[in-house]
Formats: sequence, C-alpha cells, structure tokens
Amino acid sequence: MEDFLVYFYQNKEVIFIIALSIFLGVEVISNVPSVLHTPLMSGANAISGVIIIGGIILLGHTNLNAFSLNLVLGIFAVIFGTLNVVGGFVVTDRMLDMFKKKKKK
Amino acid sequence: METTLQELGITAGDVILEISYLVSAILFVIGLKLMSHPESAKKGNLWAAVGMGLAMVTTLFLHRGVSGQTISLINGIVIVSAIIFGGIIGTVIARRIKMTAMPQLVSFFNATGGAASALVALMEYSNPDNSSAMVTLLGLIIGAIAFSGSMIAYGKLDGKVGDIFAKWTTYFNIFMLVLITALTVYMLAFDHDMATQTMLSYVLLGLALIYGIMFVMPIGGADMPVVISLLNSLTGIAAAMAGFIYSNQAMILGGIFVGSAGAILTLLMCKAMNRSLLNVIIGAFGGGGAAADKDQGTIKEISLSDASVLLSYSQKVVIVPGYGLAVAQAQYATNDLVKLLEDKGVEVKFAIHPVAGRMPGHMNVLLAEADVPYTKLVEMDDINPDMPNTDVTIVVGANDVVNPAALDDPSSPIYGMPIINAHESKNIIVMKRGMGKGYAGIENFLFFNDKTRMLFGNAKDSIQALVNEIKQL
Repeated sequence: MEDFLVYFYQNKEVIFIIALSIFLGVEVISNVPSVLHTPLMSGANAISGVIIIGGIILLGHTNLNAFSLNLVLGIFAVIFGTLNVVGGFVVTDRMLDMFKKKKKK
Repeated sequence: METTLQELGITAGDVILEISYLVSAILFVIGLKLMSHPESAKKGNLWAAVGMGLAMVTTLFLHRGVSGQTISLINGIVIVSAIIFGGIIGTVIARRIKMTAMPQLVSFFNATGGAASALVALMEYSNPDNSSAMVTLLGLIIGAIAFSGSMIAYGKLDGKVGDIFAKWTTYFNIFMLVLITALTVYMLAFDHDMATQTMLSYVLLGLALIYGIMFVMPIGGADMPVVISLLNSLTGIAAAMAGFIYSNQAMILGGIFVGSAGAILTLLMCKAMNRSLLNVIIGAFGGGGAAADKDQGTIKEISLSDASVLLSYSQKVVIVPGYGLAVAQAQYATNDLVKLLEDKGVEVKFAIHPVAGRMPGHMNVLLAEADVPYTKLVEMDDINPDMPNTDVTIVVGANDVVNPAALDDPSSPIYGMPIINAHESKNIIVMKRGMGKGYAGIENFLFFNDKTRMLFGNAKDSIQALVNEIKQL
C-alpha cells in the first residue's frame, strides 16, 4: 500500500495529465458528424505516432561504436514511428482533400 | 530568492525543449478539435502535423540523456536517415494507395505505431536507468497487441486473411490473457538478473503478439469498424506508456488523448450496433441458422428497363450503400446515376448507417471520393422518419444494416441493432452479387419482402447498365 502511495505522490503531475487528457479526448470527439469519423480516426492514428519521440530519444543515446541489438531495434522503432506519423498525416490530408474539392463547386 | 537555471542543474535548452512539448501538445488538441468540422478539418490535420514535426526537431537537437549529453552528430545522422527512409516509404504508400483500400491502410499505419511502441518499451525494459517497470511492461504488451492485431485487421480487410472462429478461440484468448497477466506480475514482483529479465521480456512480447493475432482473428467483417477503432485507441495508450518512461508530457498527453478519443469512437460504433464491446470481442457473429426455418417467401428479380422506369418516375430515391459498393468500386457509377436522376427532377439522398462498410465513416469517404456532396449523405436517425415517403430505396451492397430482423426477430443475432428502415419505403431495389448472406451470416427478410425487387450482379456493372438504360428513356 505504501508503495502505491509513494508512486502516486511521485507521479502526481503525470496522473493529473492522464486524467484530464481522457476528458479532453472524450470532449473533442463527442458530437463529431459521422462524415468525419474516418479522417478523424486516421488523424488520431497519426498523432499516436508521438512514440517517434521515444524512438529518437532512445536511438539518440545508443552507443554507435559497437554493433548491438538495441541499435537495430532502435532504427526500426524510428522507421516504424515515422511511417505512422508521416503516412498517417499524408493519408488524412488526402481523405480531407476529397471533402474540400466539392466546396469549390 | 531568485533561482538560476544552473542551480536547478538544467540548461536553457532543457526549458526550450519542454516549452516545445507544451506547444506540440496544444497543437495536437487544437488540430483534432479543428478536424471535427468539415470546413476546418484540413487545417486541423496540418496543425497536428506541425506539432509533431516541432516535437521531433526539438528532441533531436535539445534532448539530453542521463549523462547530460545531447544527441551526438553521428547519432543524429542515423536518426535523420531512418526518419527520411520511413518518411519516403510512408508518403509513397499513403499517396499511391487506392482510396478503396483506405481501411487497410489506416490499419497498417496503426500497426507500425504499435510496433514502434513495443520496440521502445522492449529496449527500455532492460535499461537500468528506467524506474517505471510496470508502465514499461504495459507499453510492451499493449504495443505488441496493437501491432499484431492491426496487421491481422489489415490482412482481413485486404482479403488475405480469413475469419477463424471456433468456440476454442474464446477460451484460448482468456487463457492467453491470464498467462500474460501472470507473467507480468511475476516479472514485477520478483527481482531477476539482467539476462533472465531480458529473456522474460521477449517471452512476454511473444505472448502479446500471439494474443493480438488471436484476438482479431475471430472477429467478423461487420465488426471491423469497432476493432479498428479499438486498436487505434490501444496504440495511443501504448505511446502514452512510453511517454511515462521518459516523463515526456507531449507523449503522455498525445497518447492518452488519442486513446480516449479512440475509445469513445469505439463505444459509438458499439452503440450503433446495439452491442456491448465485450460482445463484439467475444461473441463474434457465427453463421446462426436460427431464423432459416421461417417461411421465406420468394425472391423477385427486376429487369434493367423496369428499374430505370421506376427510378425515373420517382420523386424521392434513397440509396443505402454498404461494403459491396466499396468492393465493386461503384462510387463513380453511383454518382453518375445520382446526377442523371437529379436532372430528371428526382430527389436523391444517401442513407448512411454508422457501421456500414469496414471502418467508421467508410461510406462517407468513399462517396466523397466520387464527388458526392456531403450534404446528400444523411445519417440513419435523420433519414428513417422519411423512409415511408420514399418512392424507391436502392440497397447497394449493404445487407445487415437494412435487415428488418434486427427490429422484429428476437432470435436474430443482430436483434436490437438500429437499422435503416428500407422496408418502409414504397419500393426497394436490392443490388447484390448473389444470394450470399451478409457478414453476420444471417438471412435477410428484406429480400423476400413483397415490395423488394432484386438486381443481381456486380454493383458497378449494374449501376452503369442502369445509367445507360435511363439515358435511353
């Protein structure tokens, strides 16, 4: 029990952020017309690529002098993360283009 | 009283980095908020992308490791090369893929995000400086499930992987979950030497990957929008777990934000089908023949010329699109039909069921591609009151979302699911490839209705033939 209390206290800011982010996500998504469900999901998917930051931090501090499994995995993590981010935003943009096109007519 | 940066043991760069994360997090939220309106959606996507780019650049230049070193030039070059490589591939795939393959693509990109999270967690777990073992393991498990699950979803949507459903899959999945939980608790509760610890983390990764595969495997096509949305949510949560490891607020906020948004979207989809999430995950639709004994009545076909006359002299026509429209790529032909009918003074609307197709809003994207104005797409609840006044309802490749069994047959697996009340309209034309059942594997009595006429064949060919026929009238 004490472990938990210590953990909570040490990470209280983060736990606050998590709790409030949950409400933020719910608020932003509620009442979205179903027309936009797909682009919204796709855009959210791109944002979940923030893991790329973790990949950059990890690979940034990996020792490059010796070949290691971590180096290979780190490179893959960055490539995968970028695929998620770049691919996600580009494809969302493409979807939204289709909605925009008709506005000009 | 004044504190200097030096006393805190930080540099101006550290502060700038944190500020940039704050700005990024705000841009994510504003971006997604803007994306909830058709007019501002494109701008929103751009803002979120700018936020992401900012966080990536500042991390690259300003992040300091435990030893206080910023990322060295050579490491930076490796990172940038990997980013350029991934970026080019991502852009090419995202630009080249056909719009009809969109659900697969979203799944694929989601899988890469999950994989990245799992890899980061895997490496961080054996990092002695990492003090949040529990969060790391959670990130590893969730990321791995999101990865393998999304890959299976991708394979299914692409038609490469079939459905496997047997009673044992449910038990197997429960067993896997118990096993994963037990191993996680074991790893956290006892101290192990480095080698054992690393070995166990790989075992856990393997188990989570298998669970991801087996969890999506039995889920049928009609439930795919729910699953994709759920997996999307999981990837966000996995990224947030990794953010926890680095005490990185941008990652935590971004990840949890996406996680909760995805969860809400998942629940919206479930609500649209009147099923609980648990029911979707465990009780996959299986070819229930319960209602098959009933007197079915007869199927009546309609000729192209009859169909064209019927449509041309109607006042109100409603088109109900489904996955079949996407498969046949009939969206352009459909738009031609709509224009032609409108020239003749017929009012045409599309009735969009929330779970039509294979991902949330699938039909909207598909029809938007063919330049159908989104004002013509009417949601289920708004169009249903109008159905009795509709002269002709054309059902194009949709099945379960117009099945009246959902309203009046308590023994039907889809009983209680809100449907588009096609059966209330004065005439119904159903375009179908054959008499196959929908993804729920159940008989549709709409097809046997007295007012229903069938037009068999590929949806695109049928609609094109119909367009030609109407032109000749």
